[in-house]
Amino acid sequence: MNIIIPIKQVPETSNVKMDKETGTMIREGVVSVINPLDLYAIEAGIQLKEQFGGKVTVFTMGPQAATKALKEAIAMGCDEGILISDRKFAGADTWATSYTLSEAIKHIGEYDLVIAGERATDGDTGQVGPGIAAWLDIPLATYVSKIDEVTKDSITVERLVEDGYQILQMPLPALLTVIKEISNPRLPTLRGKKKARVSEVPVMSAEDLKLEESYIGLKGSPTKVVKIGYPKVTRGGKIVKAAGDEGVNEAVEGLIKFLEAKELI
Amino acid sequence: MSYIWTIAEQSKGKLRDVSFELLSRGRKLADKMDTKLCSVLLGNNVTDETLQELIYRGADEVYYIEDARLENFIVETYSKVLSDLIKEYHPHSILAAATSSGRTLMPHVAIHVKTGLTADCTELDIEEGTNNLLQTRPAIGGNIMATIKTPDHRPQMATVRPKSSRPLPLDKSRVGKIIRVALKDELVDSRVKMVGFRKDVEEFVNIEEAEVVVSGGKGMKKQENFVLLRDLAKHFDGVLGASRDAVDRGWLPYPHQVGLSGKTVSPKLYICAGISGSIQHLAGIKTSEYIVAINQDPDANIFQLADFGIVGNLFEVIPKLNARLEAYKKEAK
Ligand SMILES: Cc1cc2nc3c(=O)[nH]c(=O)nc-3n(C[C@H](O)[C@H](O)[C@H](O)COP(=O)(O)OP(=O)(O)OC[C@H]3O[C@@H](n4cnc5c(N)ncnc54)[C@H](O)[C@@H]3O)c2cc1C
Ligand SMILES: Nc1ncnc2c1ncn2[C@@H]1O[C@H](COP(=O)(O)O)[C@@H](O)[C@H]1O
Repeated sequence: MNIIIPIKQVPETSNVKMDKETGTMIREGVVSVINPLDLYAIEAGIQLKEQFGGKVTVFTMGPQAATKALKEAIAMGCDEGILISDRKFAGADTWATSYTLSEAIKHIGEYDLVIAGERATDGDTGQVGPGIAAWLDIPLATYVSKIDEVTKDSITVERLVEDGYQILQMPLPALLTVIKEISNPRLPTLRGKKKARVSEVPVMSAEDLKLEESYIGLKGSPTKVVKIGYPKVTRGGKIVKAAGDEGVNEAVEGLIKFLEAKELI
Repeated sequence: MSYIWTIAEQSKGKLRDVSFELLSRGRKLADKMDTKLCSVLLGNNVTDETLQELIYRGADEVYYIEDARLENFIVETYSKVLSDLIKEYHPHSILAAATSSGRTLMPHVAIHVKTGLTADCTELDIEEGTNNLLQTRPAIGGNIMATIKTPDHRPQMATVRPKSSRPLPLDKSRVGKIIRVALKDELVDSRVKMVGFRKDVEEFVNIEEAEVVVSGGKGMKKQENFVLLRDLAKHFDGVLGASRDAVDRGWLPYPHQVGLSGKTVSPKLYICAGISGSIQHLAGIKTSEYIVAINQDPDANIFQLADFGIVGNLFEVIPKLNARLEAYKKEAK
C-alpha cells in the first residue's frame, strides 16, 4: 500500500507566551515544527504500512528550512521525503496550495491513499485536504477517527460528525483527513534519526512539476488578505477570591449576579 | 443575478438550527446590497412546511433539491450538485456553516467553481462601492484577525461557526418562493457509500453547537468528580467539555475535547473548572461570548480570558454554586 502524506511546517505554539502588558502573543524565538495535527496522519500512515507493506512518502510545500520537518517524519518511520519549493509559491491560499499539492501527488506517482491532517495550526482552515481530493477527483473522507477495514481496492472508515460517527466505504485511491482519535503518534527512534540524517530530500520547483503559472502563489490565489489585526486576548474580567465559607458564598453570589446581568439565567 | 446564498443543513428531514443562523448573517448582507437572500437545501423528505420556515427566518427564495441519494451527506455528490447550481445561477456570495459537512463541502466546491473560500469567519460585511465581501477570521489560534477579500472571483464563499449568530425571529408575514430543482442523474457520485452510523456513546454531544459548555480539566482530579459539572451543566441545559489532559486521562471521550486538537466552541456561556488555560485550550474558546473560570491558582492563564473568575477550590465552589442555582430556580417559579 503506497501512502502519500502532505505535511506542513508551522510555528510551535506550545511554548508561546503571552505578553501580559499588551495581551498579545510573543512570537520571538518561536521554532518551527511539524503541524501537530499532521503527526496523527503520519502515525496512521506508518501503521498501515506496517500492516500491509508498501511505502510512506511525506512531502511539503514550503521553504528550504521545511526539510527539517520531512526529516523528522522520516525519523518516525516514513520512507521518503520530498520538498516542493519555489519562490513562486509564496502567498498561496488554500486554492493555490491544493492545486500545487495535487500536482505534486500526481508527480510522486502511484498511490493508494493520501492522508492529510485535519487542519494546520497556523492558517487553521482545514481546506487543503478536501481541496486536494477535489483536484485529484478521488473519494474523500474528512474527520476520520478510525480505519475499520482495508482491502486490495477499498477502505472503510469512521468519520466523526455532529451526532455520531458515519461509517463510509470507498474505493482506493482515496484521501482521508484524520483527527486525534485515529492514532497515538510515536516518537522518532535512534535508528530512524540516523536514517533521516543520511536520507536525501529531493526538491521540486514549479517548473519541475510543470505547473500552470496562473494557478500558483499569490497570483493564483482567489483570496487576498487585506488587513491583519492583533486583538487583545485578555478580557479584563472581574476576578473574585473565594476563601473560607464566607468567601465562597460571596463569590457564588457575585457569579449569580453576573449571570443575571448577562441574562444567562 | 447577484444574490446572497446560504447553505441550509438538514438531518433526517429536519432543518438544523445553523440554517437559520446563516440566514440572519445573510439577511444583513443582502439588505446592504439591496439584493435577494436565497437558501439552498439538499436532502430528502423535507416538507413544504419545513422549507417555509427558511422564508419566515429571512430567505426570499429557497432552492430545494430532493432525492433519496441526497439523504446523507456524501461530499462528492453534494459538491457536484452545488457546483452545478452555482454555474447556473451565479450567486454573488455563499455562506455555509463551519460544520463537519460545511467544512468538507465548501473547499471541494471552491475548487470546482474556481473561487476563494474563507474559513470560520467571525465578521462579514459588504465593502461600499465594490460590493466585495469582507471576511474577517481569526488565525494562529486566535492571536491574529485577518480580513480577507475575493476581489476577482465569483461567488465569494465563507464558512461561519455555528452559534456565532442568532437566528432571526420567526416572521410569518414574510413571503418568498420555494423552487424545487430536479437532481440530474449524472451529478450523483456513487463511489462513496455510507454503510453505517455509530452513536454508541451514551451522551453523544455536539459541543460546537451548544449554547452553554461546562468544561473540566486536570483539576477535576478524577472521572467521578465530573458529576459536579454534569449537575452544573443541567442548570443551563448545557453540555460537557474537557481539556486535553482530562480527555487523555479517559475522563471524557474525545468528542468533548475543546481546543487546538479538539473542537472550537462559540457558546453564549463557557464555564470551566480546573483548567489552567494553556494557549492550546484558549485557542478553542476565544469566540465564546462569556467565559467563567474557577481555578485555585490566581495566576492561572485562564483568568486572562475570563469575564468572571473565581479563585478558589472547585470542590468547595461548585457544590455551593449548584445548590444556589437550584434555589434560584425555585425562587423564579
Ligand atoms: C499540539 C498540542 C495540542 C494541544 N491541544 C489541546 C487541546 O485541544 N485542548 C487542550 O485543552 N489542551 C491541548 N493541549 C495541551 C495543553 O498544552 C495543556 O497541557 C492542557 O490544556 C492542560 O490541561 P488542564 O488545564 O486540564 O491541566 P493543567 O494545566 O494541569 O491545569 C489544571 C488546573 O487545575 C487547577 N486546579 C487543580 N485543583 C484544583 C481545585 N481543587 N480547584 C480549582 N482548581 C484546581 C490548577 O490550578 C491548574 O491550573 C495541546 C498541546 C499540544 C502540544
Ligand atoms: N504547504 C503545505 N504542504 C504540505 N501539506 C500541506 C500544506 N498546507 C496544508 N497541508 C496539508 O493540509 C492539511 C490542512 O491544512 P489547512 O487547510 O492549511 O488547515 C494539513 O494538515 C496538511 O496535511
